[in-house]
Amino acid sequence: MTDLLSKHSFVELGARQRAKSLLDAGTYRELIDPFQRVMSPWLSRQGVVPQADDGVVIAKGSIAGLPVVIAAIEGNFQGGSLGEVGGAKIAGALELAAEDNRNGVPTRAVLLLETGGVRLQEANLGLAAIADIHAAIVDLRQYQPVVGVVAGSVGCFGGMSIAAGLCSYLVVTREARLGLNGPQVIEQEAGLEEYDSRDRPFIWSLTGGEQRFNSGLADRYVADDVAQIQKTVSALLQQGLPEQQRSRQIDFYLARLTELDATPQIDPATVRDLYQGDRP
Amino acid sequence: MRGLQWFNALSVGATPVEGLPDSLKVADGVVGEQAVRFIAVVTDPQNRFPRARNGEVGLLEGWGLAKAVDDAIEKGDKLPIIAIVDVPSQAYGRREETLGIHQALAAAADSYARARLAGHPVIALLVGKAMSGAFLAHGYQANRMIALRDPGVMVHAMGKASAARVTLRSVEELETLAASVPPMAYDIDSYASLGLLWKTLEVSQIEQPTADDVAQVSDCLLQAIEDIHSPDLKGRLGASNRAASSHVRQLLREQW
Repeated sequence: MTDLLSKHSFVELGARQRAKSLLDAGTYRELIDPFQRVMSPWLSRQGVVPQADDGVVIAKGSIAGLPVVIAAIEGNFQGGSLGEVGGAKIAGALELAAEDNRNGVPTRAVLLLETGGVRLQEANLGLAAIADIHAAIVDLRQYQPVVGVVAGSVGCFGGMSIAAGLCSYLVVTREARLGLNGPQVIEQEAGLEEYDSRDRPFIWSLTGGEQRFNSGLADRYVADDVAQIQKTVSALLQQGLPEQQRSRQIDFYLARLTELDATPQIDPATVRDLYQGDRP
Repeated sequence: MRGLQWFNALSVGATPVEGLPDSLKVADGVVGEQAVRFIAVVTDPQNRFPRARNGEVGLLEGWGLAKAVDDAIEKGDKLPIIAIVDVPSQAYGRREETLGIHQALAAAADSYARARLAGHPVIALLVGKAMSGAFLAHGYQANRMIALRDPGVMVHAMGKASAARVTLRSVEELETLAASVPPMAYDIDSYASLGLLWKTLEVSQIEQPTADDVAQVSDCLLQAIEDIHSPDLKGRLGASNRAASSHVRQLLREQW
């Protein structure tokens, strides 16, 4: 009970509060804040009310004294979907962080990922921005870690799940879901037999944070608690680059997939066993 | 089948790269006198993963593409890489999600991006569909993107039926709307207006390229390789239909 009372939910915070809660006190500075009203040029003509920050918060500051830029996606605006402006904010911030490193400033990045992926009202510009984000993560990662956090409740899907897969480290909670394709789309494309989008326990058992961590597709599994998430992110940033990026463990994953009997439909335990054998 | 046709037409006399999933065609050949590596994702009716039999980019394809590109990087000679793009979608399925298809696609994007950063000219040649996650894994990290002008060449974030369902519209409503909003449109001219393509080309027989078609495309590939002088993707910025992408970057730089 004491434990429950002393916890502060991270999931319940908005993107701006999440970013603030991770940075050292007094260091938060937002770039292109909502008062500058840089909004989507595409939404209003489709009858969707745009938002003054386009659902993405970019903040600079420090964590444990280290220079950091945070990109936080607001899951409550259009399902955290990325359009041209929000996508360019994340890509542009990561590009400048990489440039910092080339100029001797060791800026690191933290991505707070609550997103369904591409905003379909801006389809190809969202997709292009996500390709830019991928490019920028791979670039920055040469110098400093990029830490991804999927806390929930939206989860991380579409092209941004690929971005999560490119992060140096990935932190998840029980509320998190991580997958390429949203449940509705899989059901639409592959049928109810393959994937029942309304069966929530089924979906969490396959793509939930706990399962992702237990099958080695995430690096840290944390409680929905501001202090614990802050401490975890801080430790990962101080740890520096991982020995080997998950997205570069090609031989390991190809070997595992080759030994798998892909004929029967798959259950969560099979994946945990398959991927948690002898790690490199 | 277009991907395979163009792969075969461009890679005549090339040396196949072995040890990759059957759904990938990879070969070291030449364009003019320039040595290059060609990479295509093709249909594989025997694919062990049933949701990836029609040319979709799935688990084996993602990790396999990563391997094909990494192998080129390891050779250290900055060989140009030509991604021949005809990918109808990523694979949609339970096996795929459970086994982390996002991670497989990340591996492919990672390798292509690292190849570019390591100084390999990376060119995407769009001859068919270039859809969503499949395109992010195979083509979108290229320094230069070239598309053939044809109704079957299409870049998009989601197929029409799914896009309609997710945005709570009918397919008809979606099509009407898409026609008036360039980033939502499904045709290659609208896509070209976003500034992401380096060139578009018209060929006479896109399904079964003639010798002239191959010569024209080869010439364009060589020009693209010549044109690359930096490892970044800045060449994609600047179109009026993508003005906000430049504006946001400029503001970030000022406020950094």
